[in-house]
Amino acid sequence: MPENTENIVRNEASPNDVKRAGKVSRRHIPHFVAPLEETPLQAVDSVNETADPLSFWAEAWRNLRRQPLFIVSAALILLIVVVSIFPQWFTSVDPRSCSLDNARGGAAPGHPLGFTYQGCDVYARVIFGAQASVLVGLFTTIGVVIVGGTFGALAGYYGGWMDAVLARLGDIFFALPLILGAIVLMQLPAFRENQSPWTVTLTLVVFGWPQVARITRGAVIEAKGADFVMAARSLGVSKFGALVRHVLPNSLSPIIVVASISLGTYIVAEATLSFLGIGLPSSIVSWGNDISDAQISVRNNPQILFWPALALSITVLSFIMLGDALRDALDPKSRKA
Amino acid sequence: MEMQNKNEQPLLDMRDVEITFNTANGPVKAVRGANLSVMQGESVAIVGESGSGKSTIALAAMGLLARNGKVTGGQILFDGKDYAAASDKEFRHIRGDQIGMVPQDPMSNLNPVWKIGFQVKETLKANGLGGGDMNKKVAEALENAGLPDAERRAGQYPHEFSGGMRQRALISIGLSCRPRLLVADEPTSALDVTVQRQILDHLDNMTAELGTAVLFITHDLGLAAERAEKVVVMYKGQVVESGPAIDLLRNPQHPYTKRLIDSAPSLSSHRMENEAAAQKSASGTDNVLEIENLTKVFKIREKGLKKSDFLAVDDVSFNVRRGTTTAVVGESGSGKSTVAKMVLNLLEPTSGTIRFDGEDMGRLSEKELFRFRRRVQPIFQDPYGSLDPMYSIFRTIEQPLKIHGIGDARSRQNKVKELLEHVSMPASTMHRFPNELSGGQRQRIAIARALALEPEVIICDEAVSALDVLVQAQVLELLNKLQAELGLSYLFITHDLAVVRQIADDVVVMKDGQLVESGKTDDIFATPQTEYTSNLLDAIPGGQLLV
Repeated sequence: MPENTENIVRNEASPNDVKRAGKVSRRHIPHFVAPLEETPLQAVDSVNETADPLSFWAEAWRNLRRQPLFIVSAALILLIVVVSIFPQWFTSVDPRSCSLDNARGGAAPGHPLGFTYQGCDVYARVIFGAQASVLVGLFTTIGVVIVGGTFGALAGYYGGWMDAVLARLGDIFFALPLILGAIVLMQLPAFRENQSPWTVTLTLVVFGWPQVARITRGAVIEAKGADFVMAARSLGVSKFGALVRHVLPNSLSPIIVVASISLGTYIVAEATLSFLGIGLPSSIVSWGNDISDAQISVRNNPQILFWPALALSITVLSFIMLGDALRDALDPKSRKA
Repeated sequence: MEMQNKNEQPLLDMRDVEITFNTANGPVKAVRGANLSVMQGESVAIVGESGSGKSTIALAAMGLLARNGKVTGGQILFDGKDYAAASDKEFRHIRGDQIGMVPQDPMSNLNPVWKIGFQVKETLKANGLGGGDMNKKVAEALENAGLPDAERRAGQYPHEFSGGMRQRALISIGLSCRPRLLVADEPTSALDVTVQRQILDHLDNMTAELGTAVLFITHDLGLAAERAEKVVVMYKGQVVESGPAIDLLRNPQHPYTKRLIDSAPSLSSHRMENEAAAQKSASGTDNVLEIENLTKVFKIREKGLKKSDFLAVDDVSFNVRRGTTTAVVGESGSGKSTVAKMVLNLLEPTSGTIRFDGEDMGRLSEKELFRFRRRVQPIFQDPYGSLDPMYSIFRTIEQPLKIHGIGDARSRQNKVKELLEHVSMPASTMHRFPNELSGGQRQRIAIARALALEPEVIICDEAVSALDVLVQAQVLELLNKLQAELGLSYLFITHDLAVVRQIADDVVVMKDGQLVESGKTDDIFATPQTEYTSNLLDAIPGGQLLV
């Protein structure tokens, strides 16, 4: 390759000078140009105007509605909600009209699931019991999100002593086992004398908020470092304004996921407390009370315990499944185009 | 040139390769009918914008396509054997000792829980080079990659290494088994220019010594032309042009290649035209920003409760003339972004003054500060982070107007339309959300938002660094146009001197928090006064190729 010896010699003489000259190959390299028709030149970085605009929530919904997990859990939850609002649509039997004549009786016409120890219709009690459980679960979740969300957001956003105080306060409540704490709290005269769904809700909120507070705090800390928050601040948005307008909306996804999963566990907690006799008063029809009542006859008539327990499990499972489906759809990592 | 390479068999020969990805929206062809050959010991660069298929084709050659990707056509011949439909086992045979790889991001490609030495040893063992004095072999491999004090370094963890050192470690892993082909995927795009140059020089020398063929993947045409003998330009999954590097650079045929060369910042040698700014820069004494003896000290917590001072910005003074662009240049850690944050009043200076339009900003009350916010606006680096994903484009641009109580709903909507037009985006974009836009488009939205309040000064903190060359050129042109139209002043923070050349009237060079040199862009580029600046200038890839 005599033509290029010059070049090679020069490169060898001062290897650091390669950069000034560029490299020349010893070989023959053909210069290939594709015909223009094959890849016509397009405008640089033009906006795709064919697709419909899609907001965060719209896109999440689009992902969600294709998921079998979501479809199944949403259908179940819808059914549970309808049952708890309009129990009379599903049964005409009064759950409180019990007759000892029917005690522990098997299935009879109009009474598909048989009778309890006290002779009440099991099917009617399962249907009417949904209301109390869903009510407690729903309001506990709302309370926990409000209290935990506020504390967590403030702690994460402002940091410093506010974080130290709120985070330690949360740790104290976190360290108390829910059931133990609830047993102690429900024994207080003020609670014991006013036993109702509201006292149960209050108790669960008191011991449940730190979990949401922690999640919120983490999400807020992640979101507050984003450039768009700094951009908003330099546009003149106040510090608190940036929290409300930019940081919180961007921290919502994990809170929603945790809230929907927790809703199920709060229903379980309510049933547990009722089972222990310190939850809902026995005058209220609820799954926890029914399970508690049925335990004396569990050996001879297990079906009395089975039906309310099944209803409870399905409800909890559907909320947990919903949470899982939401987690997949709201994953911020899948948002990057 | 008569002595052609007819009887020479290419090391890697990809013929009519077609690669298809199965996505939720059906199959997408990422590469169509691409031809690419690498000879023994040859250096070849694939150049293209993101999404052009340049990485995909290189990964296919190593059998490392993502699970939903498949070679659906053509041949991939490595050393004469077709690997187009090869199994992972067959690929494993050639990976490492036949084809090595240097990945893109040195920060995430080393396992943080293992010592560097262990990670090199792992590669050697996996390729049957184990046995004997392993520690010595490891130290040798690291030393070859230019790591000083290799034996001690081998016992350290990745977090103890700087970015450049990590990249050296990765290069040593890639080359440790003496592969015949090294695939380098944007090997230095995350590094400062001077480090980039050192590493590429070293890679050059090493591969020349070992006779290794190198396949570079890069979006920077300047770097490609400087480091490779052959350049392959890819666009929309096809090879549009390929040929000898210098020839292709001086005599581009395909319009896309021409476009690339026109917009490559490293190849340009003058500022974008802007009469007004040039005039003001030449004659003006009208300073919109005066920065005097600015100092910022950060407290760093050391072991235990002790705190030590870290001088991030050390006694820096410079001015920004009205209607012109002043660039602050420096490598990472030079304190340039800290200066920007202090000018934006998002960080309080430890000492020194910043005067905006003659007013000392340190003494502004809350209310005056709010007014100041209207007049100085930032544009940030990361186009993916600077727009709130929950806000539609309309809300994003409208927000500043709303906060400052400008106009009613109707007039604000018109204003948003007008602003979108300013940044050359269709008005229909306002119903969209940031995730639907590309990086360059997002950056243009960020510019529109910054312009909403009709500011006088815009602080661009690495505003174009994350963008592809073509998009970068487009955004720079937009900024230049806006400056001419609206008489804006820019404070342009960047690590990229090539960009400075295109947009700035004055330059301030910073190093380790101190001001090294400042002056007119033309003067500094022609006759840099300090060695540091001339090193920086020298390191611009391909800077001298066209001259």
